[in-house]
Amino acid sequence: MGVEVVAISTDSRFSHKIWQEEELSKMVPGGVPFPLLSDQGGRVGTLYGVYDEDAGVDIRGRFLIDPDFNLRAMEVLTPEVGRNVTELIRQVKAFQIVRAEGVVTPSGWQPGKPTLTPGPDLAGKVWKVWKVDSAF
Amino acid sequence: MTKPVDGCVKPSKGPIIDETQTDLLSTQPVVKEKPKMTARVGKPAPDFELSAFQEGGFKNVRLSDFKGKWIVLCFYPGDFTFV
Repeated sequence: MGVEVVAISTDSRFSHKIWQEEELSKMVPGGVPFPLLSDQGGRVGTLYGVYDEDAGVDIRGRFLIDPDFNLRAMEVLTPEVGRNVTELIRQVKAFQIVRAEGVVTPSGWQPGKPTLTPGPDLAGKVWKVWKVDSAF
Repeated sequence: MTKPVDGCVKPSKGPIIDETQTDLLSTQPVVKEKPKMTARVGKPAPDFELSAFQEGGFKNVRLSDFKGKWIVLCFYPGDFTFV
């Protein structure tokens, strides 16, 4: 899919090193293949709306950026609930097909499912090509 | 052979704000504004440079170094967390 991953927390780079060496490398052989950035003070987390000043940490936030450096999608959760990587991959594929083909992906779209081409012909006729079942 | 020196503290730029957005000729008194969220979908991603650990070494990483590629930026509450 050609996606660069960048991970950020408020930990120091020294903490990142030990985490990679002591734990991550036991989950992923050789450690995770992307940089672990240090946002001490939460300056960058503040720009992205994920810095929790009371706790002093960047909470769980995920941002998808396109090749023109425009932000396309964001998801922010309190820390107790982990991410849905499958949904992230679906969104990447959806934004990639939209960018490549100029189509749009309706609710419930998955790779392989039909896309829509917006325009006057489709106005008022979506019911013909998209059913409620398509959302699931 | 000398080993590369890396002190305990290595400053990085943090948020990189476009200078053209600030009116330098303004006669208004300078009030230090509280930083706020500027990330909006459909708008340019806020750029920054931070120190990082990657491939066994320390270096500074600027988000816009990845311009031209799809990027997933993941914030997480802390190393060694469980979820």
